[in-house]
Amino acid sequence: MINQTNLRADLRAVAELIQPGEKVLDLGCGDGILLRYLMDAKQITGRGVELSEEGVLTCVRKGVSVRQGDLHEGLGDYPDQSFDTVILSYTIPYLNDPAFIVKEMLRVGRRAIVSFPNWGHWRCRLSLLLTGRIPITPGLPQPWDTSPRARPLTIRDFGEFCERHQVRITQEIYLQGARRIPVRRDKNLRATTAIFELV
Amino acid sequence: MNTNNSVGIVAPQFFTFAQDAPMQLDSGETLGPITLAYETYGTLNQDRSNAILIVHALSGHAHAAGYLSSDEKTLGWWDDCIGPGKAFDTNKFFVICSNVVGGCQGSTGPSSINPKTGKPYGLNFPVITVGDMVRAQTHLLDHLGIEKLLAIAGGSMGGMQVLEWCARYPQRVRAALPLATTARHSPMLIAFSEVGRQAIYADPNWNRGDYYDGTRPNAGLALARMIGHITYLSEMSMHDKFGRRLEERERFGFDFETEFAIESYLRYKGERFTERFDANSYLYITKAMDYFDLCNGHRNLAAAFANSANIVYLVVSFTSDWLYPTYHSKELVSALTAVGADVSYLNIQSSWGHDAFLLEVETMTGLISNFLGRVVNEFKIMEIGN
Repeated sequence: MINQTNLRADLRAVAELIQPGEKVLDLGCGDGILLRYLMDAKQITGRGVELSEEGVLTCVRKGVSVRQGDLHEGLGDYPDQSFDTVILSYTIPYLNDPAFIVKEMLRVGRRAIVSFPNWGHWRCRLSLLLTGRIPITPGLPQPWDTSPRARPLTIRDFGEFCERHQVRITQEIYLQGARRIPVRRDKNLRATTAIFELV
Repeated sequence: MNTNNSVGIVAPQFFTFAQDAPMQLDSGETLGPITLAYETYGTLNQDRSNAILIVHALSGHAHAAGYLSSDEKTLGWWDDCIGPGKAFDTNKFFVICSNVVGGCQGSTGPSSINPKTGKPYGLNFPVITVGDMVRAQTHLLDHLGIEKLLAIAGGSMGGMQVLEWCARYPQRVRAALPLATTARHSPMLIAFSEVGRQAIYADPNWNRGDYYDGTRPNAGLALARMIGHITYLSEMSMHDKFGRRLEERERFGFDFETEFAIESYLRYKGERFTERFDANSYLYITKAMDYFDLCNGHRNLAAAFANSANIVYLVVSFTSDWLYPTYHSKELVSALTAVGADVSYLNIQSSWGHDAFLLEVETMTGLISNFLGRVVNEFKIMEIGN
């Protein structure tokens, strides 16, 4: 059984936002670890969507209900407001059309939770300045040429994105490694991971 | 004979019903009495909640697992997946496989004796549908005292029966595994059915279905089967399995004998098929598949499953299956999602074409056993002997 201590810090922070008994859809659920944890710890009804065959097989092994699919083509089937929460964890850098997906999340769910690694962290900025190489975040430690390609974004980018698309941020959580840091003006410099609740 | 992980030697069983009152068919006609051939493996638990019904494809039969005798050639058609420790684990589940009505392998079909005439039905046998096949199976389950199936699973036409069960008898199914299938038979599938039927009609021995006293239309049936086998493979699997290899020859003979390995394979499969299958049954069963369309009478596919949202689904398709392409399964998954059903779906990477549902044993074993494990947990199914 997965317990809180062996759950990755960003997933733990997402899990804390979920109320017991919720109906949760996790987009890009990977190996299903978050849903499994929430099913055990909070008795949620969980559904996952995952692109890779390996991920789907691992989810089924964990007893998680999972559907193989591409988020861009698959979300339309879900009825309006059929979930309490729709989660997009560490997946937004991989999306071709994040505005479409976020709007779909808010159509399908009462609220959305989006988390991503922050390329605005000072180490990333310094790394580009000093080494002249595209920085790698600890959260997504893949070089720029691996597949699928991630598009870097920062906390400020995401804030402006939400404003542009009239999406309201109702909660924000920032982590530096596994540690929570206060919501302050320097968050985009200090946070390695950002987690937003949107409505 | 390898008896490791095998259910061993099994005996076919027969159940006859509709002796007094014939069974109503979708066509408006009636049929009775009806015999269904079936086999069972494993043990039914105390509260009769661990039963899994396996339903077969076009040419399948009730003998899904184990051997009929000490002869190794009598291995069941899905033995890879049914047995102790296998995908459908007979240490945990009571597995039933039923032959379809209209078939010719122990169940009532066009080659059976018509009680009214004392002669085989031939074309006097009423046209049946997938719905009729399923209705007949409900009688078998009543006979076995199983009110609710833990799961129902099948590929191809078996998958159609699975979906028909879900649409018509949702209260009798907990979990459904439609594999490499469709919710509506496509025009291309109808086209292949029709070419197969035409091959049979064109055989002079067919004699409008009245051939049971004389020579059988084996040439027509074999040709129909050869066409079928092409559609079960993929271009790539033919390359891998046969290539351009010649059989029993070093170089071209410049004649019309069987030369290429693929030719010899198809001929062999066609001839073997005539030893066990009845040409009229081939007509009736392909017709039943052609009529299969769960949308029929509904606004859309989702409406067909409006009352089936409580079933837990595992839908599987295969990347190289061009007979039942992936988009058929995706349409099904969309409809099930739209009604809020719990549906898991995987498009398995495979080069085997439609046959992949029988051949991708390793992936299927993990997927199916884990899925069934979840269903057992969620519905708190009792273990055998408890």
